[in-house]
Amino acid sequence: MFESRTGILLIAGLGFFALAFLSNGLVPILMYRDMPEQTAEEVVNRHLLIQFDDLRSRYPEGFAKLVRHLGHDPEAKPTPESDRQLAAETLRYARKLYIGEACWHCHSQFVRPVSNESRRWGPVAKSWEYQNELQRPVLFGTRRVGPDLSREGGRRSNDWHAVHFFKPTSLVEESVMPEYPWFFDGDPNHPNERGIAMIAYMQWLGSWLPHYFNNYVDPRLAEAQP
Amino acid sequence: MSSGAAPAVPLARRLVDEPLVLAYFIAALTYLAVTLLAGLLMALQLVQANPLAGLEIFSPGRWRMVHTNGAAYGFIANAFLGALHWAVPRLMLRPVLSRPLSWFIFVAWQGVVIATVIGLLAGQAQAVEWGETPTWIDPLALAGLALVAINFIPPIVSKAGALYVSAWYFLAAFVWTFLTYAMGNFLPQYFIPGTGGGAIIGLFIHDLVGLFVTPLGWGLMYYFVPIILRRPMWSHALSLVGFWGLAFFYPLTGIHHFLYTPIPMFLQYGAVVSTIAVEFVVLTVIINFLGTVWDRPWVAWQNLPLRWFFTGIINYGVTCAQCALQTTLTFQQLIHFSDWVVGHAHLVMLGVFGFWLLGIMIYLIPRLVRRDWYSKRLNEWHYGLTVAGMTLMFFDLLFAGIAQGVSWGSLQIWEDSLAISLPFWWVRVLAGLMIIAGQICFFVNVYLTLRTGTAQTEELVAHA
Ligand code: HEC
Repeated sequence: MFESRTGILLIAGLGFFALAFLSNGLVPILMYRDMPEQTAEEVVNRHLLIQFDDLRSRYPEGFAKLVRHLGHDPEAKPTPESDRQLAAETLRYARKLYIGEACWHCHSQFVRPVSNESRRWGPVAKSWEYQNELQRPVLFGTRRVGPDLSREGGRRSNDWHAVHFFKPTSLVEESVMPEYPWFFDGDPNHPNERGIAMIAYMQWLGSWLPHYFNNYVDPRLAEAQP
Repeated sequence: MSSGAAPAVPLARRLVDEPLVLAYFIAALTYLAVTLLAGLLMALQLVQANPLAGLEIFSPGRWRMVHTNGAAYGFIANAFLGALHWAVPRLMLRPVLSRPLSWFIFVAWQGVVIATVIGLLAGQAQAVEWGETPTWIDPLALAGLALVAINFIPPIVSKAGALYVSAWYFLAAFVWTFLTYAMGNFLPQYFIPGTGGGAIIGLFIHDLVGLFVTPLGWGLMYYFVPIILRRPMWSHALSLVGFWGLAFFYPLTGIHHFLYTPIPMFLQYGAVVSTIAVEFVVLTVIINFLGTVWDRPWVAWQNLPLRWFFTGIINYGVTCAQCALQTTLTFQQLIHFSDWVVGHAHLVMLGVFGFWLLGIMIYLIPRLVRRDWYSKRLNEWHYGLTVAGMTLMFFDLLFAGIAQGVSWGSLQIWEDSLAISLPFWWVRVLAGLMIIAGQICFFVNVYLTLRTGTAQTEELVAHA
């Protein structure tokens, strides 16, 4: 059996593989059965819509481009429903960019319960946060050249992000993050559809938590925090 | 199979499609060149010296994915297929199922890899690490893997009775690679969101190394090492332990890539325990190979292909010792997300499997073109520069990782970890340039050997 073709094909090839899949793959799937996947529309929230409004008034041309890119009429008068729909489509679009540019190879999207991470970024990651369409495939990440982004929303202003994406070193001298001038029409004041979408996505990350950041607390000053 | 046709041509030569083997090697080396340049671009980005900054098509993130996918599917997969087209028919004394099919697979696979590179550069990546191949290519790649299995399995299973060790590994690898690719590229993309999908991605990342690259690599070592040494493996019992231990424990380890995520903790513990078990299994394999040269260790140095093989085997021991440490939760706190892991990945992909495949090419290319290497000296430079560069990069990234982990854990501002990393990242650029210089020696030597070469040697004729 140990040196025969049937033993190798059936036991090692299929059997052991199936065993691992059932124990390590199927078990978590079954455990999260009671948490159905949410759509992008369902995870749009008030925090994001406020940022969305800010982006519209701050960068009208880029915003109109985004609306047009998503197949809607930029002239149409926004309603709460249309905004919600638009925001959901923006998140889907931005997520594609986030994956295509490999942001997830330099930034993680989960906070661990160790190494003081919850003091640096906020609450430790929980399963329910990932049960939505924007986390399929999940964007945990395995490398941090830059900081974790799962609690990025609200931490920086929209114009900070714009300048940062245009040229990170103009804000953070040591930054090794690539510049993304193709998110802009020429200068940091004119993000195009990609730039606006990416900023909105940054503001969405973590916005589902009650304590959406209003002020970023420098970890050096965080000693006083609980 | 035996009597009858064309007695002038030795059997082995009739079994192997030699031009195909060479074509695979040349394809592999071409992608190796692309992979190295992509790596260099990312390395320069990390020292703020990217000469192509701000150009969309040279977006460093996209090239990082070209780097990893080029290494796995362009360099390693092509080189494996070439080596298998040599080893399987000779080992089993039966040709592959179909020569036209072999060539079709060759062309189709180059199509898959080129499409992957173009797709990644166009920003169409899929968010599965080591499986970034755009989603529309996945079914084609899977079909290609199925054809590979269909082509190689018949010569192996048509032999009755006990099979040799290499055949165990090959047979299992064809099944595993297909299953792994199907699982990792489709389930988390279309069916399973969030944490559950993360567990599957973890299995995929690890199975790709453990169930595709590792078994093919060891299968080839079990074939080439005894042939070059002209003696059997030291212990058949250890070969059995190594194969069955790997088959059982390796698939169970994947979740160790996502320790401290919301994946249920008992599964994380399971993955940690299996990973440590794998290290003991691996140790038996390494002991078996060292045992085979124990009384004549100098042969493993004097013979260049063997030197590459045994350097890889020692590196394998190092990576595996590293695995057993870094999979523990205590170590994870410090080194996860850091360059430690990047160093580990380089040592596995280049320092082990890359070295083995380079060794195989150095052994086979003269036999394929029936001419000796153009320059022995260039081959020595190739070995020296590559091994020195790899070693330097490994230790550099290892220490960089520890420094980064300490900086993060002690709540320094993020820029502090960048400032700490900068000198390490410069050394990495240097190490990368050494590796590139080594490969340039090799590429030049391959080119000159193919074009001119020196006269056919007696020894080669005897071996061919
Ligand atoms: C080469 C690795 C790398 C890539 C790729 C990368 N980043 Fe970064 N990122 C960094 C580093 C390093 C920092 C920290 C320094 C800084 O703030 O610029 C950072 C910082 C950031 C920050 C600021 C976080 C904060 O609040 O301090 C955001 C937001 C961000 N990145 C988003 C992105 C997005 C979106 C992408 C993809 C389009 C991306 N990054 C791609 C390395 C990277």
